[in-house]
Amino acid sequence: MKDRSLIAVIISRWVSPFIFLYGVHLIAYGHLSPGGGFPGGVVLACSFILALLARGKLAALKRMPYVFAKKLDASGAFIFLLTAFAGLIFARVFFLNFLNQIFPGQELRLFSAGTVMINNFAIGIKICASIFLVILFISALRVGKDTEMKTMEED
Amino acid sequence: MTESLLISILVFMIISSVVALFTDELISAIIAIGALGFGGSIAYLIMGAPDLAITQIVVEVVSLVLLIRVTIGVGLRLTAGCCSKTRTAVAGAVVLLTSFVFAFSLRLFPAFGDAVMGRVQYAPSIFYIEYGLHSTGASNLVTAILLDFRAYDTLGEATVIFTAVLGGIALLRKRGRNISAGDEVSRGDTA
Repeated sequence: MKDRSLIAVIISRWVSPFIFLYGVHLIAYGHLSPGGGFPGGVVLACSFILALLARGKLAALKRMPYVFAKKLDASGAFIFLLTAFAGLIFARVFFLNFLNQIFPGQELRLFSAGTVMINNFAIGIKICASIFLVILFISALRVGKDTEMKTMEED
Repeated sequence: MTESLLISILVFMIISSVVALFTDELISAIIAIGALGFGGSIAYLIMGAPDLAITQIVVEVVSLVLLIRVTIGVGLRLTAGCCSKTRTAVAGAVVLLTSFVFAFSLRLFPAFGDAVMGRVQYAPSIFYIEYGLHSTGASNLVTAILLDFRAYDTLGEATVIFTAVLGGIALLRKRGRNISAGDEVSRGDTA
């Protein structure tokens, strides 16, 4: 745990913001160009996983605490369901794109696709937290000590 | 040009899968599986599915990290045990038969890049291409289908991942971890 390579630490510190930015781009422009919620969310998670691999669990948990990741996961799923039920309430069809009918934005612009963009962000947040938590569970299981999870829950 | 590039990538993928089967060390098998996945993402890119290529390459990176993370500390090695002659004969016969069936059915396939669903009247793909941009406002039709026309499928997909993470959290939770096995009374107290 102590003998971390200096090159890996510095490079990961420099590269992970750009990975995060690319993930945000993939999610935000998911309705215009290739990308979308799922790949963008995994790219977002990759920036945290890089910190986890190169700088250890504590450095990754400082950026994305365990409790915050759990709440992010649940809130992403909740926002996705909320837009679905909003379609049911406002237009009487489950998952209807009601925002696009009320505010028909100009095509091929960033704010154009109504609920598609909101759903993209919800899926992205959810997938980011989920993938990060899965990798975190794997690395906690590998050591298999009680102290590992305790330090995670106290943060 | 496209077809020859695709065929060379397919040959690369077949070679890497064979390498993954016949190496002795587990870590080189995992690296060969990663080469297989990245070749698959390039194949998707050549066939004109950039969405799928991005998803494939990203999931490949994460699963490769996960596999290496699991195996690197363990130091496992694959057992290079060779099987008996009857098993080899049966496997060879099955491979020959399947490849014969595939080669026979390959002639009945439509030509490369031919949209099969375009021939059917009232096919959903025709509707998506014609009215997708107007009715959803999303120019990326893959996202339009995933999050508007078929958003219910995406909801189920998200539920699967949510349930998987929920299982992980429930297994690794702090409360109820330090109870010794078989101690039913204290287990009832904490629950």
